[in-house]
Amino acid sequence: MKERIRNSLNDKNSLFSKIVSTTPAFPYMAWAIVFIAVPLGLIVYFALTDTAGNFTIANIAAAGEHMSVLFRSIKLAAIATVLCVLIAYPMAYIISRKKGVTGSTLLMLCMLPMWMNFLLRTYAWMTILENNGLINRLIMLLGFEPIRMINTQGAVILGMVYNYLPFMILPLYTTMSKIGNDVIEAAQDLGANSIKVITKVVLPLSLPGVSSGVTMVFVPAVSTFIISKMLGGGTNQLIGDIIDLQFLGNTYNPNLGSAISLVLMVIVLLCMSIVGDTEDETMGGRIK
Amino acid sequence: MKENILISLKNVIVEFEDGHRVLKGIDLDIHDEEFVTFLGPSGCGKTTTLRIIGGFAEPTEGDIFFDGVKINGVPPYKRNINTVFQRYALFPHLNVFDNVAFGLNVKKMDKKIIARKVKEMLALVNLSGFENRNINQLSGGQQQRVAIARALINEPKVLLLDEPLGALDLKLRKDMQTELMRIQKSLKITFIYVTHDQEEALTMSDRVVVMRDGQILQIGTPQDIYNEPVNAFVADFIGESNIIDGVMYEDYEVEFAGQAFKCVDKGFALNERVDVVIRPEDIIVGDYETSPISGVVESVVFKGVHYEITVDAHGYKWLIHSTQSQEVGALIGMNVKPSDIHIMKKMEVR
Repeated sequence: MKERIRNSLNDKNSLFSKIVSTTPAFPYMAWAIVFIAVPLGLIVYFALTDTAGNFTIANIAAAGEHMSVLFRSIKLAAIATVLCVLIAYPMAYIISRKKGVTGSTLLMLCMLPMWMNFLLRTYAWMTILENNGLINRLIMLLGFEPIRMINTQGAVILGMVYNYLPFMILPLYTTMSKIGNDVIEAAQDLGANSIKVITKVVLPLSLPGVSSGVTMVFVPAVSTFIISKMLGGGTNQLIGDIIDLQFLGNTYNPNLGSAISLVLMVIVLLCMSIVGDTEDETMGGRIK
Repeated sequence: MKENILISLKNVIVEFEDGHRVLKGIDLDIHDEEFVTFLGPSGCGKTTTLRIIGGFAEPTEGDIFFDGVKINGVPPYKRNINTVFQRYALFPHLNVFDNVAFGLNVKKMDKKIIARKVKEMLALVNLSGFENRNINQLSGGQQQRVAIARALINEPKVLLLDEPLGALDLKLRKDMQTELMRIQKSLKITFIYVTHDQEEALTMSDRVVVMRDGQILQIGTPQDIYNEPVNAFVADFIGESNIIDGVMYEDYEVEFAGQAFKCVDKGFALNERVDVVIRPEDIIVGDYETSPISGVVESVVFKGVHYEITVDAHGYKWLIHSTQSQEVGALIGMNVKPSDIHIMKKMEVR
């Protein structure tokens, strides 16, 4: 008997050894099934059924009615993402070139707002931007007319940029800090001035960071509902607000909510695959 | 090597923010078409000196001249100098062709000319046909060649090489040494080479600059440095040496290991304490009864060309290189010719 167990242990193709070799992955597989695959399946199921549980594509068709909101969401999220890249890129570059304590302190200062509650941060912007908020009171004190800032698309974009900027800085910083100083010095040595060092070496080498930063900002920004609710007022609803209404509002309709989520997911995936493709090309197809 | 001076360092001092002096006043003239090597242990300031010439570091004090013109503060991209970096520093996002072409592309040279020059350069470093390879598909030696081609294509007056062969295995290193010497001779440009490998320095250079603690100890041809080291540190760093305490009786006579020896050095004070330096290959093994020094053989190691024999005599471990083996534990005699006894002033204690 012992002999047989030993044989089966030595035999790599035996069922026993197969189980042993895959055992460490089990908890993760269980996690993936319970928390990713099942919910995804449920969304697809709800999106393609009516309240009685019969198959229908009416929900998907109904989701089409919210196309204008969807496009607004994509537009605002795209603007916020571009602004994040423009702000975060030089910032991450400067931090990545600082050595030791200075660099880590600067990075921590960028991350600091993230340690505060998301809602609280957005509330803070409400009180700053309100019609009789901090900025407008200052303007009136100086004798000018107050400016309407709250409940505008600009306020929504500001909220997105402020809340998601750290998610852009971090991946950019990570890829940039991997660019060795010697590579930059090599470029200088070969005749590149500061601008050419950036365009010919730093930029192409940091593109993977740009693409993951874009994903990490664009995806949450396009589906947010709290920022638009608090800073955008009723007139600047985003697709996230519409979905929110289907589950928690008085129009309760989880089937439609699931359908809109599904459509949003497909569109985001399409957007991301385009970003990924351009990256592959600029990297000379190296990442594959 | 030409007579005119191409690069000149005048009392160059580099001090870090914490007050630590990396270079303590370097004076050095480098000739046109010369192969100069900075040799020294790590932390001696050789790489810092190279970085000052390349423009990657600025001297705290002192001046640097290139072809007679002061170039303090001139950024690297405006200097007619190129560098082969320690770990090659190739651009990972570019293939071999684009790496080599980088400098010419920055200068916006005509594409056809670039293509022709890259082809020539790759031929020079024996990498023809590697144009479209990715950098990470190359071996260490091949990456090294790309780095050299990438620097040389800009036709610099000076090529700086910062321990370029450090990451290669022995056989490849030997091949690359020969190849670098060939390239330097055929292109007729100045090479400034940094290494801590004394053998590499002796093999390749026209002149060797031995450095220690931010100072130059000795400048000379490989023969000068090997045969006439200025002090025991240089002697010990350039090849293996026996360094023994001795006393100078008078000119041409020194006492060490309890014996008086004739020597060829003079000009020391009466009874001055000195370092006596003897190369391991200069010790003549003989009969213990007739030789001035005798001792017991402690170990014998076969090294290929010679045996490395350690002998315990008069409180020192003597290192001998001999083509003849000895029995461990045997009593043997040792003698040295007067011309092989090198007398050096005691180094000041730092």
